[in-house]
Amino acid sequence: MNDVSLITQGAEGRVFNAKFLGKNVIIKHRFKKTYRHPDLDDYLTKERIKAEVKSLVRCRMVGINVPALYDVNLHASEIVMENLDDAIQARKFIYERKADRSEVLGIGKEIGAVLAKLHSNDIVHGDLTTSNILIRPSSEKPIVYLIDFGLSYVSDKIEDKAVDLYVLERAVSSTHPDSDGFLEVLWEAYREKGGKKLNSVLLKLDEVRTRGRKKLCFG
Amino acid sequence: MTIIIGMEGSANKIGIGILKNGEILSNPRKTYITPPGLGFIPSETAKHHQGCVLEILDEALREANVSLKEVDAIAFTKGPGMAAPLLTVALVARTLSLMWNIPLIGVNHCIGHIEMARAITGANNPTVLYVSGGNTQVIAYLEKKYRIFGETIDIAVGNCLDRFARILMLSNDPSPGYNIEKLAEKGKKLLTLPYCVKGMDVSFSGILSFLEERANNLLKKGEYTKEDLCFSLQETIFAMLVETTERAMAHCGSSEVLICGGVGCNKRLQSMMNTMCEERCGRLYATDERFCIDNGAMIAQAGYLMFKCGITTSLKDSWVTQRFRTDDVLVTWRDD
Repeated sequence: MNDVSLITQGAEGRVFNAKFLGKNVIIKHRFKKTYRHPDLDDYLTKERIKAEVKSLVRCRMVGINVPALYDVNLHASEIVMENLDDAIQARKFIYERKADRSEVLGIGKEIGAVLAKLHSNDIVHGDLTTSNILIRPSSEKPIVYLIDFGLSYVSDKIEDKAVDLYVLERAVSSTHPDSDGFLEVLWEAYREKGGKKLNSVLLKLDEVRTRGRKKLCFG
Repeated sequence: MTIIIGMEGSANKIGIGILKNGEILSNPRKTYITPPGLGFIPSETAKHHQGCVLEILDEALREANVSLKEVDAIAFTKGPGMAAPLLTVALVARTLSLMWNIPLIGVNHCIGHIEMARAITGANNPTVLYVSGGNTQVIAYLEKKYRIFGETIDIAVGNCLDRFARILMLSNDPSPGYNIEKLAEKGKKLLTLPYCVKGMDVSFSGILSFLEERANNLLKKGEYTKEDLCFSLQETIFAMLVETTERAMAHCGSSEVLICGGVGCNKRLQSMMNTMCEERCGRLYATDERFCIDNGAMIAQAGYLMFKCGITTSLKDSWVTQRFRTDDVLVTWRDD
């Protein structure tokens, strides 16, 4: 591997541009986080790489758009993935198209459908934010990609899926306070695609919400 | 010249601070300390506050060399917090307001922490980790509100520490968290504890139950010392907090972190956060126990910013509330 250059430092690690077998790829390197105890760091880093790799493959098998996985090196804490360089973060997409409401709502609908597919296959992402959803422009409608599966896991529990959506809801309302209607179309598409089974997740979401709001906060 | 009195008593600390044009003239405080193994009950905490509020007021005025006639506004904690202690302080604030004809300003406690810490450290627009006995939030300012990006989905980090101190029967003087911190410095052996992070949210109740079930047994068998358990708890829960703060920074594109709230004066938490910041070329802002732990000056500081924007609270609106979200407050005093 050569021509390695840093793209960004996310919360999970550093992301580099590189060449791999002649392809443009990105390398995600989970470097040692010296702030935490070495044993804990080692454990978490390994767990997250495994979680990410497993979910990327699982998503790919069921037709959810994720970057293709090319290589894993647990020892070096690196994974090599497809470079989606023409895709942008949903966060950026929403900021840039603030004026075009229908385009933003259109994206909400696409995201809702993808999440329904994710949860129908019992994959819980664990860190759904508009930074971890990518939008790739295409001649028809834009394509939604999911990334950053480090906190993901497999579960068929309604509770886990509802919390997954709650995390997204909170991230959206904090990051995009003026995106009226975005979450509504997202839930609608989720319900539509998910059918009866996922409708119960949305009902559970109501319960999770009141838990958050009712929390005592003093001190 | 603007003189503001700030009155705080939402939990087991009661404090009154006096600010002149934003400069702290005095900031006395008293803490209601319960015996080892016990927490503080609202009604008894209120009694404690009732017993010393006037004495602290006297002390604050004397030290600041200010008379009530000169005061422009009285800021008090409107919430969130425990009802009985909040009521005690609000009652005194209202009485002073009526007797001396001074306007009131109801302040959100969390906003008080953030604004005090910003004023002391000079941090401009940081990602804020607000950690205390009742609160655990990762906050960032966006479009006139302090928005909550992450928070605990069950108990607060300080509550987890306090309750763990009760399991070990540690002293509550000066605070359970301080005594855990001191013991943890001597701990070496890491016990694997549940590690629960959900995106930018955290959960501590599982860790606490895990320890409630096992701590005394582990000590009895001699596998771990009290020091090891304090060490393990701190290493685990602080790693969770630093991780979620880092995730919020990455999401918001921010490079500054500000820690506030009572748990924020923990040196180990500060040092872990500082290392994380260095690893991403960011900067940490933190303060010490004078300003991290609940105090009157922080309420006065938030009150001062509100007063400059023309915000006061009428007598009929001077009620208090146990639940008052950080993101409920419109931050009119910031223009960015």
